[in-house]
Amino acid sequence: MTLTLTHYLVLSAILFAIGIAGVVRRKNLLMLFFATEIMLNAANIAFAAISAYIGDLSGQLFALFIIAIAASEVAVGLGLLILIYKKYGTLDLDKFTVMKG
Amino acid sequence: METIAFYLFSILITGLFLVTVMSKNILYSMSALAAGMVLISGLFFILGADFLGAVQLVVYSGAVMALYAFGMMFFDATRNVKEKNSSGAAVFLLSGLSAVVLVAIFAAPSIGANIKPLVTGTKGLDNPHVIGEVLFTKYLIPFEVAAVMLLVAMIAGIILASKKMDKSLSEVYIDALPEEELKEQK
Repeated sequence: MTLTLTHYLVLSAILFAIGIAGVVRRKNLLMLFFATEIMLNAANIAFAAISAYIGDLSGQLFALFIIAIAASEVAVGLGLLILIYKKYGTLDLDKFTVMKG
Repeated sequence: METIAFYLFSILITGLFLVTVMSKNILYSMSALAAGMVLISGLFFILGADFLGAVQLVVYSGAVMALYAFGMMFFDATRNVKEKNSSGAAVFLLSGLSAVVLVAIFAAPSIGANIKPLVTGTKGLDNPHVIGEVLFTKYLIPFEVAAVMLLVAMIAGIILASKKMDKSLSEVYIDALPEEELKEQK
């Protein structure tokens, strides 16, 4: 039994679904960031697998750029999280409902 | 051999990421996420993308996880996360449906059959050499833009995180607590 492209794509889809479930289910902002990382990694696996099985290098390079984007997203996002934590004292999304209505 | 490695890695990655998403403790979920990133680099090595695997190890499990661990110093990480979940069944139905749709899209054989490789690089070189060659010829401008973006992100991170640094975080935290919790603490 040999590995095919479909194996990798199914794995990537499963990981992406885990990420989506995390984004929808969790209410903690830090957990949302973790789930976003999971989704980005699932996309990376799909890119690398397609690149390897088709013989095109573009997939690996796009995965590299995705990693760069993820790194900068973490830098900015963590700064914003620290600001929010200083202002509200919590990272729970339900506590940020400041509008009365 | 590759098949065994693939199944081992994929089962471990799925389990660790499930722990990441489901765990109530932030420290557990961060450790599970870091371990999952390391194992994903193993998948890249199986696929022959050596450079990508090394970058995944250095950037994700090195830099990003260290940044999260560093940011964790500002948050109360040992406390369990209290959340009220509205409807679990709807969430799992939605994400399961999206997984099925994704598999259907990716596994559709009609589209994948007539894709031809465009960027192959020089034959016979090993993976990091070919990556470098293609990155600095065909993808030079995206590479430079990514460098500028990282610089902007670094400056933004420094400025955002260093606001109100003169004020101690524990004082701010006490101020922000609601009245009842303050009474409980006293």
